[in-house]
Parts: sequence; structure tokens; C-alpha cells
Amino acid sequence: MNVIELKNVSYKYSAGTPFEHTAVDNVSVEIKKGEFCGIIGHTGSGKSTLIQHLNGLIKPTSGEVLIDGKNIWSKDVNIRDIRFKVGLVFQYSEHQLFEETVYKDIAYGPTNMGLDKEEIDSRVRQAAEDMGLKEELLERSPFDLSGGQKRRVALAGVMAMKPEILILDEPAAGLDPVGREKVLTKISDYHEKYGTTILLVSHSMEDIVKYSKTVLVMNKGKLFCHEDTDSVFSRQEEILGIGLDVPQITKIIIRLRELGINLGNDIYTIDRAKERILNYLK
Amino acid sequence: MLKDITIGQYFPGNSIVHRLDSRFKIILDILYVVMLFVASNFYSLAVAGVFMLIIYMLSDISFKLIFKSLRPIFPIILFTCLLNLFFIKGEGSPVISFWIINIYMEGLTTSLFMTIRIVFLIIGMSLLTYTTSPIALTDAIESLFSPLKVIRFPVHELAMMMTIALRFIPTLIEETDKIMAAQKARGANLDTGGLIKKAKALVPVLIPLFVSAFKRANELALAMECRCYRGGEGRTRIKQLKSGIKDYIALVVFAAVLAGVILLNVYIPILGL
Repeated sequence: MNVIELKNVSYKYSAGTPFEHTAVDNVSVEIKKGEFCGIIGHTGSGKSTLIQHLNGLIKPTSGEVLIDGKNIWSKDVNIRDIRFKVGLVFQYSEHQLFEETVYKDIAYGPTNMGLDKEEIDSRVRQAAEDMGLKEELLERSPFDLSGGQKRRVALAGVMAMKPEILILDEPAAGLDPVGREKVLTKISDYHEKYGTTILLVSHSMEDIVKYSKTVLVMNKGKLFCHEDTDSVFSRQEEILGIGLDVPQITKIIIRLRELGINLGNDIYTIDRAKERILNYLK
Repeated sequence: MLKDITIGQYFPGNSIVHRLDSRFKIILDILYVVMLFVASNFYSLAVAGVFMLIIYMLSDISFKLIFKSLRPIFPIILFTCLLNLFFIKGEGSPVISFWIINIYMEGLTTSLFMTIRIVFLIIGMSLLTYTTSPIALTDAIESLFSPLKVIRFPVHELAMMMTIALRFIPTLIEETDKIMAAQKARGANLDTGGLIKKAKALVPVLIPLFVSAFKRANELALAMECRCYRGGEGRTRIKQLKSGIKDYIALVVFAAVLAGVILLNVYIPILGL
């Protein structure tokens, strides 16, 4: 079942002025329930604009956005309900923290939903646990935490709303390797545990390959493709052609191929590369 | 959105108006304000207005922008207009009269006169910011205020503060937009409710904004110190302000128009028009 469906969605910034600029150009895409979809694209390819359509922060200039088969801009839909259903975590999400304690900050979303106290309490504790935040951190000020912890508090703040769809814009950007690993594993565990549909925007091809089952590629505001991770990365030349990167290990394999050692064009994880190289050496 | 503010915006160009020394432009702008307030009848006001339109033509700034710069202060114009219209009592009988409202001929003319004066004032002031980059403006202010250094007035520091403030306006606007979007995504209700409810709803936007503004200020201060910034003493500039013959010509032209306006003020009543 398609939980998200975009029909010919276009969005123009500053429409009708000399500064008009098409950020999203006639994009149609379907995302299945429970899908873990990576979104990649060059800077300015319209990824961030696209994801803001999904929870109604941006209204498309033309086209339709359907969540659970229902147009979110039809009159009988309350846009706030959509925002609770579709959780969106922005880039550098720790900048949104504002409360005195971590607990209160995570509770902000659920409180806006109008839930009762006990429900809020259980959701806050659950979300904190899911994000690997220790019990004693809940009473601390979010501004005293480390960068990685702040990021996980911000993520927990959205997860506590128990969204059906979770959209993450570069959740690991600017963190050290340990912090990155922790944030991404927690997100992956969360996906396994609740079966939430996840859209992950990232510039790191390694992360995309490691976590997402499908990949959506944006190029200059247009949808380039939306396929399984395997088939997307087997089109290495095309991916490199639109100015995107491929995983580092794939670059090594491509270089080897140029030197006359062909190991196949479906290698983008270190494990598979190891296997093929060993095979070749035998 | 917040990005659509035109007042104080700079439109780069290479016209004669753009190339004038920014110090002179500030002085000329002050002269223009004086001209508007000296003008005491419609004829002299018209001269000042036509003069400004000619300068606009020389500056390659499109006339559309004139209306754009007027839009944000429209309520003030309307307020002045209505206030003058209703509260000025004239001799003779009212032109229009109903209920408790009496409108006199004097009220009509004064109200029209004041409105035109404010409109010209805004148009004149906007031309300065349209054609002068913020950096050139603060440099000019620093230069014009430099005599105050004698009484230990921190002119350079003030100019630096202005430059930094101007530089960070777009950054902060962008930041505000981002934080608002992030809180809306968590179900913040920023648009509905009464005044108190709205003010309360702004807390989740304002706190992160202040936190990041302070952080930015701290980082900037550190970066400046790392490059050995210690105030204006002994500093040279990459762009020197230079005044040339065209600036003096402009000054003479303005002085001549001002003289013309004063003459019209004096002679029109004598001629009894």
C-alpha cells in the first residue's frame, strides 16, 4: 500500500517575480508503507523542498500530495494532523531545542497533540530510550549536552509523536564518526522495531547503501529515479554523470575496472568487495 | 514571507547616482529633507518632487520600486492624511459635513500637502539605500561622524556594529524561517489564537533564535580577535571613499534647487497665486 503518493508536484519559489525559481519540477513518486527510502541529490536539487511538501509545510504550486491516499490540501483535512502523522526532522535539528529540560523538550510535540499526562510521560520515556538517551539526562538542560546527544534529543522529540512516516534531513551531518554511527543505528533500530516508513536524506552514499532499501534520486528539481538500492548503484556511470557520488569502495572497483580487472558493477559494500576480490585472487 | 521586505534594500548598478561618494549622498539626502520641509506651498513641493524623479531616472532604478518602498508605510500615510483631514478647522463653512465630522477646505489642502510631503520623503530616503551598499553607508557614517572622536565618541566601533548588524539581518531571517518550520513540524500553532496565546507560541521560536544569535556573536568575536582586530586605530581600508568633481557638482545642483524652492516660497505668496 502506498503511504505517500506525489502526483505531478511542482513548486516555484517567488512565483510571479523576476526571482522565480522552480525547485521541484513535476515530481510523481510513490512510497510504500514500511519502506526505508534514501533520498540523494546534489545540493540545490530540490530534496529539502520536496520533503517539506510531505507534511504540508509547503503547498505545491501545482500537483497533489496524498498521505494514506488522501490529498492533504483538501478542505476536510487539518494540516496539523498531517504534521503529527508525518514527522519531519530538519538538518541540524538540535537548533530547535528550547525547553529547560530534555524531558520538556521531547514532550513539546506530544503536548501539542493534546494527549493526556500519562500518555505523554510514557511516550517521552520510550522515545528517549529508543534514541539511547539515559534516564538521568531527562532532567538536564538540553543546552548542556554534547552535539550528538542534542541531535538525539531532537530526534526523540519528533519520534515521541509516534509518526507513521518519519522524514530525516541529514540526521548525521556534522557529527563525529561515533556520533554518526550511533544516530543512524538508532534510526535503523527504530525502523525495525515499529515498522515506520522512513525517508532519509543524506549526502553520504555509504550510509544510504547501508541503511536504505530503496533510493530516490533527485536531479535539478526533477525525479531522476526511484528504485531498489541495488539497481540504483548498478547505474554508477549515470549517478556520477549527474554530479553525485558513489560509495568509496565502488570508486576503487571502477578504477580497478579501468585497469583491466573487472569485478562486476554491483559492488558498493565493503563486504561484497572483499568477497569478489578474494574470488578474483583465487 | 519575511524575505520580501524591500525597505533598506540595495540594488547594485553603475549609474552616476551609484557612483557618487556615499558621504556626499548622505549630505545631499539631508539637504533634500530640508528642501521638503522648507517648501511651504504646492509649487515649491512640486519642484522638489520633479527633481527627485529626475534623480531616479538618472539612477536606473525602476519606477516600480517607488511603489514598493511606499507599501510598508502606507498605514502611516493614511493615518496622517485622515488626521489632518478631520481635525483641521478652517474659517468659512465646512465642505463636507455629516454627523460629528466636518471637513474644511483647509483640512483638505493640508492633508494633501502632508501626504505628498511624506511620500516624497520616503521616496528620497529609499533612493539612498537603493543606490548605496550598506558597507558604503556605514563607512560614510563613520567618516562623517569622525570629528566626534575628539570627545571620545566611539565612532569606529559604532560603524562596525552597524556593519555587522546589517550583515546578519538576512542570516537571522533565514534562521527564523528554519526554526519556525521545525517547530511547526512538531505541531506548533503560530498563526491562530489570541494575542497572549500567539506570544506564548513564539517562545519556542525566540529561544533557539537567541541561542544561535549569541553563539554566532561569540564565534564572530573570536574570529575577529584571532585576526588581531583591536578597533579602528591605524586601520586602513580596501575601499577608500573618494570625492571628486561630480560630487561637488551634485552639491551645487542640490543647493541651486534648494534656493529655487526658497524663492518659490517667497514669491508665490507675493504674486498672490
